[in-house]
Amino acid sequence: MSGLSLGLIPLAVLMWLCTYPSRALPMLAPGIERLPAWAVAYLRLAGPAALAALAAVNCLLTSDQPPRLLLGIVPLAVAVCVVIVARTRLLFAGVATAVVLVAVARAVGYA
Amino acid sequence: MSDPTGDGATANRPAETVEQSRAHLLRDGLAIASYALPVGLVYGLLTIQAHFSLLDVVVACMVVLAGGSQFAAAGLVKTDAPWLAIAGVTLLINARHLIYSASVAPYTVARPRRERAVMAHFLTDETFALALAHFRRIGRFDARGYWLAAAVIFFPWTIGGALGYVAGSAVDTNRLGLDVAFPAAMAGLSLGMVSGRRDVAAAAGAVAIAVPVGLIAGPSVGLVAGAVIGPFAGLALPAEPAVAAGPDAGEPETVPDATERAAREGLP
Repeated sequence: MSGLSLGLIPLAVLMWLCTYPSRALPMLAPGIERLPAWAVAYLRLAGPAALAALAAVNCLLTSDQPPRLLLGIVPLAVAVCVVIVARTRLLFAGVATAVVLVAVARAVGYA
Repeated sequence: MSDPTGDGATANRPAETVEQSRAHLLRDGLAIASYALPVGLVYGLLTIQAHFSLLDVVVACMVVLAGGSQFAAAGLVKTDAPWLAIAGVTLLINARHLIYSASVAPYTVARPRRERAVMAHFLTDETFALALAHFRRIGRFDARGYWLAAAVIFFPWTIGGALGYVAGSAVDTNRLGLDVAFPAAMAGLSLGMVSGRRDVAAAAGAVAIAVPVGLIAGPSVGLVAGAVIGPFAGLALPAEPAVAAGPDAGEPETVPDATERAAREGLP
């Protein structure tokens, strides 16, 4: 991997194009944001849904073709992270604990 | 300026002077920055697994400046998902900014259009939460306050991302268990956005769709299916009554409580 590769910069620009209008339109054209109530409700729910789906896909599925269900230390560590974040609201603490759990498990040959 | 909030806020004496409110904003902002830096570190670590370059990471932090979608994109790049899918997920995750922008718009309406266009780029969860609270305290717009609110997330997030990348490049990420950081961060962030049973249903629905679809059609298809269909599980439940109390009672009901939670967790 090259520290100065430009390979994903166009992707960043594409993501900006998908983000900036949401941030700018109501400020530049007041009134445009008056969406139907169901659409506002859907948008509010899209964030947790997308991130939950992302977490599930990344910890429960292998990257093989076809994918397989993955059980073991990684999903367990993610579950521990969820419990810690739910109790403390500290994302970093949850992630750090999950990382340590997996590292220790691998060090002792469990995973 | 006429009453920007529509709730008579400017008719009353401001709760704090501009200087007091800026100091308040700075205190709150430093708390956010102290979280944004380590979360940025986690993001930097994750991008290594997705084969980003250091320049990619820094540019993404500065240009996209939207942590949830940046984390999502890193995960999708790792699984070789098409860029169209990444664009769709980005659009979906960041659509909530419409609500933030609409809430700030009454305060910025008298500012030059070009200034508003630049300000919009920095309207993250945290900037929104800090700036709106500041405007409400003083009863009007304050450019210096807005840029202060933007700076306390922009710099720690970008610096954290770069530091995480540099530090992570020097170690064996799998041996140290750093490969679990991505799904753990996603699960934690999802939890941070949950503020009621509809959110829980949406998240659970997304997982219930994403995993079986992912097993059949591949992880990236499962992810998009879960993200798009999951919210309908939340919509199927009756809406919870809004609690109109406290200093934000005058804000539109569409401003999610999850915003401030996300802000506390340091995600742009």
